[in-house]
Amino acid sequence: MEENFKVIDNYLMVRMPEEVDHHKSGFISKTADDYIMKDGVGNVVFDFEDTRFMDSSGIGIIIGRYKKISYFGGKVFAINADTRIKRTLMICGLHKVIEIME
Amino acid sequence: METERKFKKDMEDITDMQNELQMSFDAISENEAFARLAVAAFVMPLDPTMEEISDIKTAVSEAVTNAVIHGYDEEYMQERDRQGCSGEKREKVHMYCRIEGDMLYIEIRDMGKGIEDIPKAMEPLYTTKPELERSGMGFAFMEAFMDHLEVISEPGCGTVVRMEKRLQAAEEENDL
Repeated sequence: MEENFKVIDNYLMVRMPEEVDHHKSGFISKTADDYIMKDGVGNVVFDFEDTRFMDSSGIGIIIGRYKKISYFGGKVFAINADTRIKRTLMICGLHKVIEIME
Repeated sequence: METERKFKKDMEDITDMQNELQMSFDAISENEAFARLAVAAFVMPLDPTMEEISDIKTAVSEAVTNAVIHGYDEEYMQERDRQGCSGEKREKVHMYCRIEGDMLYIEIRDMGKGIEDIPKAMEPLYTTKPELERSGMGFAFMEAFMDHLEVISEPGCGTVVRMEKRLQAAEEENDL
């Protein structure tokens, strides 16, 4: 799982698993926070390329990281999200606080 | 002609379907995936669209996650054990699904803590566990992805979540 986290310049890249649910969310949040603290990265990019399922636990992961880094002016990005993941993000209005990119 | 008649016959059989699925599983996070995959397999005979499957899986995942995190809340269970009134040895989540024609009914039940204020609990973004980074969107997702949602609960008596969804794919085939 650790190989799904990579720091490039000032960005933490998080490759999200195939299924993002409560069972996986604790580990993702904790590991992401470790990187944010240890490497002092300013921005977080969530890559949904492999993700085929996400429930509200995924929203919790994103909002939690957003709260941590936006305090220091950092940004959160979501990339490679398919239409269903995008819909889930939009229902919560997340597109207003993070950047959803192709 | 012959195949067409056979096809119609098959379709009638399917829309007459009254399958039921009943399962009980330990209230642990590993079983969230198990529950939603079981429901996805259960609705397959109705030939649902990818979107419908995704909606149903999300709603089930939300309801089961609620039972695991909130129903069998750790503090509540410890308190219950101290008072020596624990009934079941291991906490279980019970799921019951039924197909009637093109309607899918799902009931997810736990015997846990229960909800004090149901309308409050159902408000989007409201969560009793912000420290766990729960988004407070569980019930909102169930409402958004299913046609009907009903929550029955009382403190100390557990919670029942009932959901309904009409599957469009099955409906369209009826028109053939």
